[in-house]
Amino acid sequence: MGVEFATGKLADAVNWARKFSLFQYPFVTACCGMEYMALWGPRYDVARFGAEFPRFSPRQADMLMVVGTVTERQGPVLKRIYEQITEPKWVISFGVCASSGGFYQNYATMPGIDHIIPVDVYIPGCPPRPEAVLDALIMLQQKIQDGKGWSQRQYWVERERERLGLAPGQSAGG
Amino acid sequence: MSKQVLDRLCQRFPEAVLETHGFRGDETAVVRREEIGAIVRWLRDEPGLEMSMLTDMTAVDFLQQGHDPRFEVVYHLFSVPHKHRLRLKVQVPEQDIQVPSLAGLYKIADWLEREIWDMYGIRFKGHPNLKRILLYEEFVGHPLRKDYPKDRRQPLVRRPENEIAEVLARRGKARSLPTPGGAR
Amino acid sequence: MTTTDRDLEAPDLTTVNMGPSHPAMHGTIHIKVGLEGELIRKAEVNIGYLHRGFEKEAEAHSWQQIFPYTDRLNYVSPMLNNVGYALAVEKLLGITAPERAQYLRVIVGEIARICDHLTYMAAQTMEMGAFTPYFYVMKGRDWLWDLLEEISGARLTHSYVRIGGVAWDLPEGFKEKTLELLPRIDTVVVELDKLMTRNRIFLDRMQNIAVISAEEAVSYGWTGPCLRGSGVDYDVRKTHPYLVYDRMDFEIPIGTDGDNMDRYLVRMEEMRQSARIIRQALEQIPPGPVCTDDKLVVIPRKAATYNTIEEMINHFKLVIDGIRPPVGEVYSYTEAGNGELGFYLVSDGTGRPVKCRVRPPCFMGMAALERMITGHMVADVIPTFDTINMIGGECDR
Repeated sequence: MGVEFATGKLADAVNWARKFSLFQYPFVTACCGMEYMALWGPRYDVARFGAEFPRFSPRQADMLMVVGTVTERQGPVLKRIYEQITEPKWVISFGVCASSGGFYQNYATMPGIDHIIPVDVYIPGCPPRPEAVLDALIMLQQKIQDGKGWSQRQYWVERERERLGLAPGQSAGG
Repeated sequence: MSKQVLDRLCQRFPEAVLETHGFRGDETAVVRREEIGAIVRWLRDEPGLEMSMLTDMTAVDFLQQGHDPRFEVVYHLFSVPHKHRLRLKVQVPEQDIQVPSLAGLYKIADWLEREIWDMYGIRFKGHPNLKRILLYEEFVGHPLRKDYPKDRRQPLVRRPENEIAEVLARRGKARSLPTPGGAR
Repeated sequence: MTTTDRDLEAPDLTTVNMGPSHPAMHGTIHIKVGLEGELIRKAEVNIGYLHRGFEKEAEAHSWQQIFPYTDRLNYVSPMLNNVGYALAVEKLLGITAPERAQYLRVIVGEIARICDHLTYMAAQTMEMGAFTPYFYVMKGRDWLWDLLEEISGARLTHSYVRIGGVAWDLPEGFKEKTLELLPRIDTVVVELDKLMTRNRIFLDRMQNIAVISAEEAVSYGWTGPCLRGSGVDYDVRKTHPYLVYDRMDFEIPIGTDGDNMDRYLVRMEEMRQSARIIRQALEQIPPGPVCTDDKLVVIPRKAATYNTIEEMINHFKLVIDGIRPPVGEVYSYTEAGNGELGFYLVSDGTGRPVKCRVRPPCFMGMAALERMITGHMVADVIPTFDTINMIGGECDR
């Protein structure tokens, strides 16, 4: 009983530290980038949430913020950057174009980034108001605190796979 | 747009100019495909005309209207010293889908022609580097043609639903990749 | 993944990929440079990473439904794109918006132009390492966006302009708010000027870099601040005045050297001239309707639509079929933030365009980028790319 309490509290402390020191990788492509720029500005200061400074190298970032439309041509680029970010990592899909393709439903655009990478929080809006983005950031922080972010859960999924002796990616159902 | 430019063009190249009109003040001349290089060079260099800027170049697909020739390549020329404009059009049939390139006359023609090749599949004879510019090389087809369905995607990153769609297509059950809200 | 993985065909040069995902705030672009030390010997620019199929979408929608797509072309100054497109369709239809609407279009257009140039300033200075001007600009831009939000309802993608006029009239107190705001924006511009224009580091990085002569700029199809930086006196508002620009008293700044510094200075001065135009427009604006009442173009008032059968049918036809312009084609051009924004529209008499081509001013700028950065250092790529002010939505459509 004592061990689980201590490790539980440790996990809570670690998640608390993670949520208030998010280093974002802003994968900015389109118009949502303008609202993203406003987010850094003095009025909707995102620095007060700890998620201020962007790290333009995927190795040094832990939150991938996909801002704006992702075209099919951009798909491999996004996938590669996502794979390069080290665990634990979170993904915010900023704007309807990144979430579902927006109103660009044609040959060129990917209908949402969740077709190729897992997303933790979706922010609708074209472009979303900065207040909506801050709300999403708080939502993500809550998810991180609860350990419910996709890559946080994946960590335990992989541990369970190892315990059951399965290959990575293999499902227990067979 | 200037009527005088059009008149001088008709005087200088009477057999090359097939048709002229001026709708809403835009003077337009439809010219023979083979002469476009000589005409544009004359328009650019002739004193008094000096159409020094190729403002825009694009193509139009008239498949739904049933025109023959199917395509039209449209050039917009502008003279910076004299401030007059002219539109030139060249008709391109589907069977012989090529036009002489203007890449030697205006530096911007390089990228504009690459875009027309990318979107319509019209070849430009004499272009130094005719490859896709807005889409990726793996893309098959020319999307702005009227017979290319709007939401036929060609994903670069393989996704599970692509494989399902491909299996269905092989069995003759679906024409294009599934999209949210149903394929058009 | 082919393009980013392949080297330039030059075995003795080091290939460095800049983009498609990169810190520069302007647009998603892929620049492949072949380096000899720090010097760029060969460059290849690949655009198209934000190609969203504007023209194909436009061919599938009715003429009025294209406005939100035009907002997202040059997304730092959406009002200017709206105005350009509306003028093109009005030219095709052969109608003119009422005078008050024309003044309103000029006012919102110039506010958008100030936003465009302010964003350019923020990105330019931020990417060279100067973080302070970015915050001043964001402060100023948020004030302007508040103003535009009061008019149109949205901070960024307004869709305020309609074919035949604008959507609705100015809110109460708008004139006073604007006249009170313009000096504050001027303070921001003055602060930027003091911080940057005679800054030793800024001058070293911007002067005599990427010089383009006037003839070359014209051959590349350049327009707007980039062309004026190279010394060519061409501004659509003065050369072919449209809306009510012929009644406004303003100047066009022209550069002399055609280097990065000149393009920066031209934009700095244009912000001041735009503020001048806004003041004059607010003085001169007459009362009157803000949209034409031509039944074939504009949907009727809601009260009439819900109460009379003729208006309801009119509304239905306009929404389902769309406006039906005559058969023909037009090329209409306005001065957008980056230069001559042209719309080439082809109509076959139905409610949907046969062709809706956007002539993107920054596409021409990007075509010259390879030529501009070759021979300079790697560190010059970003300031040069910034001065072209490529906006991905407009360049790639």
